[in-house]
Amino acid sequence: MGKLKRENLFKTAWFHPSFRIGFLGSFFFIILAIISIFWTPYNIEELNIANRFAPASFNHLLGTDFFGRDMVSMLMKGALTSFIVAVLAVVIGMIIGVPFGLIAASYGGIIDNILSKTNDFLFAFPAIISAIIITAIFGPGAINAMIAIGIFNIAVFARVARGGALSIKMLQFIDAAKLSGMGELKIAFKHILPNIFSLLIVQASVQLSLGILAEAGLSYIGFGTQPPQTSLGLMLKEAQSFFLIHPTLAILPGLTIVLIVIFINIAGDGLRDVLDPRLAKEETLDAAG
Amino acid sequence: MFGSILRRILIFAITIFVASLVIFLLLDILPGDPARFILGINADIEAVAALREQMGLNLPIWERFWHWFFGLLRADLGISVTQNVPVAELIGERLFVSLPLAFFALILAIIIGIPIGIIAAQNRAKFIDSFLMILAQIGIAIPNFWFGMLLVLLFSVKLSLLPTGDFISWNEDFAAALRSLILPSIALALPQAAILARIMRTSLVDISNADFIRTARAKGLTKKQAIWRHGVRNAILPIMTILGLQFAFLIAGTVIVENVFYLPGLGKLIFIAISERDLILVRGAIIILILIVSFIMMLVDIAYQLIDPRLRLRG
Amino acid sequence: MFSLVFGKFFLLFRNLILSISVIFLLFTASALAQQSEIKLGMVLEPPHLDPTAGAAAAIDEITYLNIFEGLTKIDANGAVLPSLATSWEISDDNLTYIFKLKEGVKFHDGSKFDAEDVVFTFERAMAEDSVNAQKGIFSIIEEVRAIDDMSVAITLKNPSGDFLFNIGRGDAVIVAKESADNNKVNPIGTGPFKFVRWDRGSRVILEAYENYKGDAVSLKRAEFVFISDPNTAISAMLAGDLDGFPMFPAPESLEIFANDDRFKVVVGTTEGETILATNNKRAPFNDIRVRQAIAHAIDRKAIIDGAMFGYGTPIGSHFAPHHPYYVDKVDIYPFDLEKARQLLAEAGYPNGFKATIKLPPPSYARRGGQIIASQLREIGIELELINVEWAQWLDEVFSKKDYDLTIVSHVEPFDIGIYANPDYYFQFDNEDFQALMQQLNRTTNDDARRALAIYAQDFLARHAVNGYLFQLAKTGVWRANIEGMWANAPVEGNDLSTIRFVD
Repeated sequence: MGKLKRENLFKTAWFHPSFRIGFLGSFFFIILAIISIFWTPYNIEELNIANRFAPASFNHLLGTDFFGRDMVSMLMKGALTSFIVAVLAVVIGMIIGVPFGLIAASYGGIIDNILSKTNDFLFAFPAIISAIIITAIFGPGAINAMIAIGIFNIAVFARVARGGALSIKMLQFIDAAKLSGMGELKIAFKHILPNIFSLLIVQASVQLSLGILAEAGLSYIGFGTQPPQTSLGLMLKEAQSFFLIHPTLAILPGLTIVLIVIFINIAGDGLRDVLDPRLAKEETLDAAG
Repeated sequence: MFGSILRRILIFAITIFVASLVIFLLLDILPGDPARFILGINADIEAVAALREQMGLNLPIWERFWHWFFGLLRADLGISVTQNVPVAELIGERLFVSLPLAFFALILAIIIGIPIGIIAAQNRAKFIDSFLMILAQIGIAIPNFWFGMLLVLLFSVKLSLLPTGDFISWNEDFAAALRSLILPSIALALPQAAILARIMRTSLVDISNADFIRTARAKGLTKKQAIWRHGVRNAILPIMTILGLQFAFLIAGTVIVENVFYLPGLGKLIFIAISERDLILVRGAIIILILIVSFIMMLVDIAYQLIDPRLRLRG
Repeated sequence: MFSLVFGKFFLLFRNLILSISVIFLLFTASALAQQSEIKLGMVLEPPHLDPTAGAAAAIDEITYLNIFEGLTKIDANGAVLPSLATSWEISDDNLTYIFKLKEGVKFHDGSKFDAEDVVFTFERAMAEDSVNAQKGIFSIIEEVRAIDDMSVAITLKNPSGDFLFNIGRGDAVIVAKESADNNKVNPIGTGPFKFVRWDRGSRVILEAYENYKGDAVSLKRAEFVFISDPNTAISAMLAGDLDGFPMFPAPESLEIFANDDRFKVVVGTTEGETILATNNKRAPFNDIRVRQAIAHAIDRKAIIDGAMFGYGTPIGSHFAPHHPYYVDKVDIYPFDLEKARQLLAEAGYPNGFKATIKLPPPSYARRGGQIIASQLREIGIELELINVEWAQWLDEVFSKKDYDLTIVSHVEPFDIGIYANPDYYFQFDNEDFQALMQQLNRTTNDDARRALAIYAQDFLARHAVNGYLFQLAKTGVWRANIEGMWANAPVEGNDLSTIRFVD
């Protein structure tokens, strides 16, 4: 496992067709989202009621929504929020979950036992349950949705890191490091972590796409992003009551979510194939929001 | 073996205790006085004080926690602030919607996902395999609440075949109750079915490289037959664990789907309890949700131990 | 080509589902609603079913005139009609009302209705520990006395022009001593429909009361189904799961129903003055120039179009346009950004300022808030939008007055008097207006009342106490063959007794 060096990972993966398609596809949306930080065709905070439901035209490539906001600009900003929520939730999961998993694997015994049980407990908290608690206490919002998804990610990354670390611990070079007098923690972070890095990247891609779906679900029931901010999930929710009259308003954000998730997933699949075909069975479950 | 099962039950009990404590503490730091919520905005101070006393709100936090926790053990979760009805009764009613919904979704996920996985594995690398796997990708990627809405537009609005929710209690009209759960359970099942299909396919493909399949093929079975006779049986075990986890996620997923359809389930109850700030109800509903999820996880672990002899030895 | 293939697939699917449905139909006794049963949609589920113990509109929408009746009743046009009182006499000093009660009326539990129940009801509502949401109706009563079994005298502390209207409202319905405490979960009234069951989270079911003394009703059974999500409401109506939605929550979709022969869309009036409520004690809103600037910066047409899809009548003061005393004050502060900027500069905010706006759940508030934020940005006022749930709104805005701006619809009829209460959440403290309202309350002569009401409307508009946006429309959707549903909402209620299906 994880025999590939980090620098080579990308290059090798590039020759895998599904990685290439997935990577280019998600890259396209990520770039659009990043551009929206600095520039969008129109300012989405300015509403223009007189110009609502405008059809696609040169001025508005995808038309305007029920407030007369430019759909291209809305999709860019919406994708930005969705990505930020999903990416930061992954970051939360990694920063807390990976050390958790490494420590559990390194020390074993009672520490491993306690950490693993805590982890099992967290695993019983699909994002929606954490989101309910957080919303009950602090009210709804994109940041709260991110934390809720992040809590679930902690459990996922801890599990992956622990599993990866345990299998690498058997290898000889770890014994060598131990003999040279290195402490457990130092070994974990210096030798084990770099070797499970690619494993974590694959998992990150899975959690990223789940995060985007979870954000959409939470926004749909009102526990996620709140206006005047927008996200793909919120756009979908707000447009749905217009579906029979102006279907594009809902189809565009819905399709964007579907495409982003598919692209990230097939990129992840490709990456997984390249890393180790046997890894492919380590499917992760849908957090379903 | 009994030892390991007992240990698993103990872990379940500890989990529930810790979860209760965490939830109680988290919701207790909230600002706002439940007594004032109950009596409304114009209540005078003495009335609020009297009710606080009556509700035991003046007791120290630990005593209140013990009171609540022992109540939980006796299925007494207090009285809902907004609805004036025992929380346990409200939750009990709602479970008759949410649990069947999650259960039907699980069944659907199995009867859709597993055959698709088997067919794809039997036709590995052929057109049908790629086609089914693309379908699975799409199934995972469509937000289930949106899929639910699209189902409603097609089957309820355009074709007038199934209701948009409109759940009537089981003993009133069993068939109608069943009908109202069809579309929601399909919506809920779709992503899980897609995941199951992928997992089933992968484990079968994996197994088809294993020695005993090669032996079977050497005996003259075709690849398809070998996978069917020997592979599927061996793939069931990993699928079982995943099903347990999936059921937990389906339970959680009902919260969203019940809001797309108008189903009076636990998810809808929690949603309304939060919007009305009925924290006693929120607290009760969340702990019940966690209880169910943890309970299923425990059952899966125990079943796994009973089935898998290797684990039994280790346990 | 594609559509052809799809169409075939579609047909196949349809047949499959049809055959499955047929199997189900075998088990369902009455899948089709009979013409004497009605299912109506409601957005909010009531907290309980006692209209004399709560302010929630949803309680009245189910129980008023259906389960419970008052001495008088309000009809679809807001007129006062006899109900449990068949007639009344008013003394010359306008202080004593003598009501003759309807004979032979029985509560749904079989107990007899008489003067004792009326006295009990009023004394319960007047009591110190009363939980009635409209204590103001009862606080002006000096004494309630049974003259005999079938007549009651009510004496007021001072004359009141709208007493007969007020006792016709849901808060003053007559309850029986034996059942009053249980009305929250098992309401027992005298009305044409009795309570059957409440499936919490789902519906309340009523059925016709066989011993009802009054005009015969056409419906045998009625269900009020709770659907809060606008999307779901649209689908449920289109799918035929509901027969009607008296207050349809998705104005954006009304054109679908208007273009569909199966339905009719009825747009009527409500008593809901939708306002940009302003905290008059909090800087900078305590400066009238700031409030005037906001009034000038608001484009009502854009708000009505954008938030309500054209349904709603612009208002310039806190008064319903269909009320006989109404005067149009919309043009006191016309939409004029230049003027608005100038007033803001005079008030010392040439570059505007930052403030918050708390928005409760209805779409008039959530959508309206985004539009107003966009409009006020034009004059430099940056609003932070804070979405709140109703419980939070009641707590933070209504009782703690912790807010800058909010949007809400005030649905009480003739509620201009709230501006005379300095503790009301607007915190508008003006002695002249308080004196004006006292005078209005004591006046019973119609012309004099009209003059005072007109003066009061002008006063509020000029002081720009709140941003006056529009009168909420009652946008109802129901099956084309339903007659007798209320088009307007003079009070909250859905009078089932007049509803019938026609062919």
